[in-house]
Amino acid sequence: MTTPGQTVGPFFHDALPYVGGSDLVPPGSAGAVRLHGHVLDGAGDPVPDALLEIWQPDPDGNVVRESGSLRRDGWTFTGWGRAATDPTGYYSFSTLRPGGPDPFWAVTVFARGLTNRLFTRAYLAETDSPFLAGLDPERRGTLIATPDRHGFVFDVRLQGDRETVFLSFPRHRGAD
Amino acid sequence: MGRVSGTLETQAEISAEIGELDGTPGEQPRLDYPPYRSSLLRHPTKSLQHADPETVELWAPCFGQRDVGAAEADLTIQHSGEPIGERIVVSGRILDGDGRPVAHQLVEVWQANAGGRYIHRRDQHPAPLDPNFTGVGRCLTDADGSYRFKTIKPGPYPWRNHLNAWRPAHIHFSLFGTDFTQRLVTQMYFPGDPLFPLDPIYQSITDQKARDRLVALYDHDLTMPEYATGYRWDVVLTGSHRTWTETEEGTS
Repeated sequence: MTTPGQTVGPFFHDALPYVGGSDLVPPGSAGAVRLHGHVLDGAGDPVPDALLEIWQPDPDGNVVRESGSLRRDGWTFTGWGRAATDPTGYYSFSTLRPGGPDPFWAVTVFARGLTNRLFTRAYLAETDSPFLAGLDPERRGTLIATPDRHGFVFDVRLQGDRETVFLSFPRHRGAD
Repeated sequence: MGRVSGTLETQAEISAEIGELDGTPGEQPRLDYPPYRSSLLRHPTKSLQHADPETVELWAPCFGQRDVGAAEADLTIQHSGEPIGERIVVSGRILDGDGRPVAHQLVEVWQANAGGRYIHRRDQHPAPLDPNFTGVGRCLTDADGSYRFKTIKPGPYPWRNHLNAWRPAHIHFSLFGTDFTQRLVTQMYFPGDPLFPLDPIYQSITDQKARDRLVALYDHDLTMPEYATGYRWDVVLTGSHRTWTETEEGTS
């Protein structure tokens, strides 16, 4: 009997975001890339009270088993980070490229007005991943981050024409 | 939101909408739940895409003693004086969907003070801030998945979903499992709150048995003599997708 989720609400900023949360590696350090974008609602308006978490393998594709995400030492890559959106709905992470076949950032989205967390993926490029191949071609692009000067842009659209593809996993079925 | 109070719907109108959706089966809250007005433009309208977890999604981030200080589990000792209100202990176990304890994993909490006021700059409720209470805590679960916080019982507070909207008293919980897919953010409530039937956030879980799981139990065995009353609240995350080895079972 699974415990249900509830919205993160509007008052999480003193509890969940923390100094260094969005810098998995120091910005500008060797190999650092930026993953950034906006969270938008069904009217295309920014969502200024959303929270994103990313979880990723290291550049060699290994799952990271290092603690220290909450008190970063500047040297240990933990593979996990957290960023709140600003008043313009913008978020930004400084991190490394995830490695492995069909690499992606696993992303969790929380917001006031969102009754439960959402899962999605930010792929570095369109690959021949069976998962991507199985998606509606019209919607596949919502999971592909766009390269830019320092890294990648990944916008999250909670609703609307270009609504991001959100995921449910087998053990969620019946529970979601 | 942001409308003048004269145009806000009444509790009777919201309650009627809550009533229409009540009893819809589902273990989780409905993403599309109009009585919670802030959800209208923020819920996905397309079905969630079925996906099989890939390697990184079969694991959760690690947290350790380096991340969390032991004192962070006591929300009553963060300032020079005692916070005002009813001192309580909240404790329970975090299990996954197969009954395995979630060991050595991060639990984060945040809440309003005894007067129903958050320290958050956006909280405009004209109840007093308590200089001795921030309302934020963290801990790591023990080997058996148990967690324990000392805090102050939060008060109910008004919000502007509709006219005369009040949230039942609650503590926000953020939880991780052993898999990325088990991530959970939820709210723990207190038994017997008269605001339950009126609250569109609590009622966004339309199955009574499912939403009952968010209500803690008073537990006299947790109550500390002449110090604090005790509440027990256990959490069950969704199931793990990983094939567990004996070694993992033994060490986690």
